[in-house]
Amino acid sequence: MTGQAARRRSAYPYALYLPAAVVFLVIFLVPTVMAFYFALTRWTLFDSTFVGLDNFRDFLAEQNLRVGFVNTLVYAVLTSGLKVVLGLLLGVLLTSKLRLRGFLRSVVFFPTLVSTVAVGITFSMLLKPQTGLVNQALALVGIDGRDWLGDAATALLSVALVDVWKGVGLATVIYIAGIMSIPTEFYQAVAVDGGSAWHRFRHITLPLSWPATYSVIILSFIGGLRSFDLIWTMTRGGPGFTSDTIASIIYKQYQAGFFGLSTAGNVLLFLIVTAIAVPLNHYLGKRQVAM
Amino acid sequence: MREGIRRLGVEAVVLVAATVIFLIPFALMLLTAVKDQTQAVDLDFAWPTSWPVVENFMAVVEARDYVLLRAYVNSTVITVASVTLLVIFAAMAAFVLQRRPGRVARAADFLVLSGLIIPPAVVPTIWLLQALGLFKTLPGMILAEVAFHLSFAMLLFRAFVAAIPRELDEAAQIDGCTGFRLFFRVIFPLLRPVTITVILVSSVNIFNDFVNPLYLLPGDENATVQVTLYNFQSQYNTQWNLLFMDIVLITIPPLLLFVFFNRKIVAGMTAGAIKG
Amino acid sequence: MKTSHRTMGAALTVLTIAALTSCGSGSDAGPSADGTVTLKFLVDNSQATVSTAKALTDAFMRADPTIKIETEIRPGGSEGDNIIKTRLSTGDMSDVFWYNSGSLLQALNPGQTLVDLTGDPALANVQKDFLPVVSQDGKAYGVPAGTAMGGGILYNRKVYDKLGLEVPKTWADFMANNDKIKAAGIAPVISTFKDTWTSQLFVLGDYYNVQAAAPAFAQDYTANKAKFATTPAARAGFDHLAEVHAKGLLQEGFGSATADQGMKLLVEGKGAHYPMLSAQVPPLVATTPAAATDIGFFGIPGADAAKNGATLWEPAGVYIPKTTEKLDAAKKFLAFVASPAAAEAMNKAVQPAGPYRIEGAKLPDDAIQVAKDLQTYVDEGRTAPALEFVSPVKGPSLEQITVAVGSGLTTPEEGAAQYDKDVEKQAKQLGLAGW
Repeated sequence: MTGQAARRRSAYPYALYLPAAVVFLVIFLVPTVMAFYFALTRWTLFDSTFVGLDNFRDFLAEQNLRVGFVNTLVYAVLTSGLKVVLGLLLGVLLTSKLRLRGFLRSVVFFPTLVSTVAVGITFSMLLKPQTGLVNQALALVGIDGRDWLGDAATALLSVALVDVWKGVGLATVIYIAGIMSIPTEFYQAVAVDGGSAWHRFRHITLPLSWPATYSVIILSFIGGLRSFDLIWTMTRGGPGFTSDTIASIIYKQYQAGFFGLSTAGNVLLFLIVTAIAVPLNHYLGKRQVAM
Repeated sequence: MREGIRRLGVEAVVLVAATVIFLIPFALMLLTAVKDQTQAVDLDFAWPTSWPVVENFMAVVEARDYVLLRAYVNSTVITVASVTLLVIFAAMAAFVLQRRPGRVARAADFLVLSGLIIPPAVVPTIWLLQALGLFKTLPGMILAEVAFHLSFAMLLFRAFVAAIPRELDEAAQIDGCTGFRLFFRVIFPLLRPVTITVILVSSVNIFNDFVNPLYLLPGDENATVQVTLYNFQSQYNTQWNLLFMDIVLITIPPLLLFVFFNRKIVAGMTAGAIKG
Repeated sequence: MKTSHRTMGAALTVLTIAALTSCGSGSDAGPSADGTVTLKFLVDNSQATVSTAKALTDAFMRADPTIKIETEIRPGGSEGDNIIKTRLSTGDMSDVFWYNSGSLLQALNPGQTLVDLTGDPALANVQKDFLPVVSQDGKAYGVPAGTAMGGGILYNRKVYDKLGLEVPKTWADFMANNDKIKAAGIAPVISTFKDTWTSQLFVLGDYYNVQAAAPAFAQDYTANKAKFATTPAARAGFDHLAEVHAKGLLQEGFGSATADQGMKLLVEGKGAHYPMLSAQVPPLVATTPAAATDIGFFGIPGADAAKNGATLWEPAGVYIPKTTEKLDAAKKFLAFVASPAAAEAMNKAVQPAGPYRIEGAKLPDDAIQVAKDLQTYVDEGRTAPALEFVSPVKGPSLEQITVAVGSGLTTPEEGAAQYDKDVEKQAKQLGLAGW
């Protein structure tokens, strides 16, 4: 036992943590802890008054918090689910012997390069009620499109789909790395057994690209729960407050100069996301070890 | 033979779908970038009535005393430097984290998740950088980008370290290869596919970051590419043609780089695949 | 292959070291060897502000070659508010900066962060009734930058001529005009809810009518005694917003139109009225000269024709932070900004959108129509400053609420009540007395 521990100490010294730990602790963690104190204050940046838990009470009393909470969950589940499925499909497709593989990879990755502002404006153009290309295309097949972003029923879903458009490239490159990391011997073994493409996918690609699946799920789910930038550029949480998420409510408070209140919101959002992400991470991590 | 035809058909369908879904929005950006200001306001697919391509291009490049060119240099330096540090720091830490479970690893695990969940606190970060004398400097901005992207990189690296068999470490240890040498000689080369992914994704994120430079690196001489969009888009009016010309100009170079390196990436990935 | 990797690694190392050792800020305090002083001037990024700032700094540098001014831009809106607050609170503000007057200035803690200019010669030419909007606790902190502007209805004068309409003096007249315009196949009222801020004009621009009907409103509202929902004159703005939507007077696709598209519809005569700020017109004149003559302005009409007037937005201010090391030069620049010579320089660069707040400064003879219309209201004393210039209380969610009311998602009663709650939140966060 002691021998094993000693070997571990020498093979995996904690010193390897050091550079990352220093940067992370000093530049991220210290300011974060400082900020958490301000959640208990009324903070104008120029001065702060200690108000106890008032900010938390006020944040929870926010008129549209309920809508925001439901929207947050819908948005996170929808975007991360689609990114996993589409990312895996595209990953498999783009590691196969497709002739246009290189071109298609660039095409799929391209949206990731474009700034959120540009994506927001462009899709607002495409989704416009009369002149937008989406509705013109739908009209060709006899469907009467609507004002996707201006209509309370479709605004959030439209933004979520645009988010998938923008984010699927990232999921795809992670999957490409995952599939590329699978030793070719495994495929050769299946080929010898005469396995079909589906068999190969089901028994080799899917289980062995688990590190990629794990990363994509965690990253896109947490990203989805925290997401507000695309919502902000495309709908500003509107029409009215119908596409607000918790993060966009916090962002609006921050923009309004309610710094203590928005920090309190961030603390609450942190607790919510942690409550979901830690068990999820644990569960997915266990599967990984088991494999 | 029939197999070949079917494959060709599938490829054609995929190609058309990808083009429609991914390239039409891009076409719209390009089209708006070459219109005149009055027509660009419509933000539609109408064919340009005039083609002030050169004028728009020059207007964007010359705006605010060639700020775009300075922004290119700044963004490139920030991106290259921070991604380099990020990859090395994150891969090292993720390696111990995955290989040496225990209380330290559990704490590190939690910190990684926290880093993903908690948005950076802007004002305290400025205070801290001021205290360190790094505020409004490129090194300060670089370290901040490293700190803000560490969690993402570590998450990916840890997941992929897990896929490297421990037998490899043990074999290396028998050869007397431990610690830093074990990591850099044996493990890091095997992480090439995910390293490339981390480089790709974090370069894009850092190159396109715009909130952090806005606050942590103010001043025209320190401008980064995303901040130049503010030259053309304001609260009250926007010069849409110039805005999109700017967007195209700051998106194309990274895209060309990606296209250029794509081949190398594929080669690198295959070379990095684990043998046995 | 190996060498190329090594070369690349070396290149990366060099770049990293270069970045880590280079020092980002190259500015040095104090006058340089040749005796010139360099001031940094932070302005917002709207076209009008950038052009005005350029005209001001160019004219000033010509007049005083010992001072050089470098302009730096920042985003506008609430992002810009945060940048200003962050830079002031971290002691990193430029030597002079351009920022809103009124309630937004109050949020900067001017007593703590800005140089007090009370009694300073820099204020010599500033109109006395402007000073309150750049003051806190009786101390003045800024000079007016640019012109005042009107917030009301921009209208297409050609459409009015063609249909034989007259500028309405009451809301009922306005609605009667709208009916005729609609019958002629033109969109009576333009709304552009993609840019949410534009939806607030019916409410904010109605303040002249509010104070005409309830003169103590601003005071009572600040003291948490008067509310939008329970003051009929104040709620009228929300009612108007709902009414134009309910009667189908908006153009098609109003929910996803932008402010620039709204102006284009107006100047092309596809829409007749656009509730908007007069400052939206000057930037348009460069590309669409017809905007100068075809677009006119009138105040949002209220219930009583005898009490007709317009709501005025005061100009922004130029301020000096306490942290500047070049106070004398900064004051010289402010004195110039608030001088008739500065107005002349600005006139040449940007068409004024309304009257100046500088003694002796005049509109040019070829002023655009909206500025002339607004000047008439000013000359006849029929203007009132918008609520944000007479009260520090302003809720941040008004634009979302007005979009919801203006799209028929929320009733005006509910919208006004929501806004009262929003205001309460802001007043509490500011720590105002009585909330």
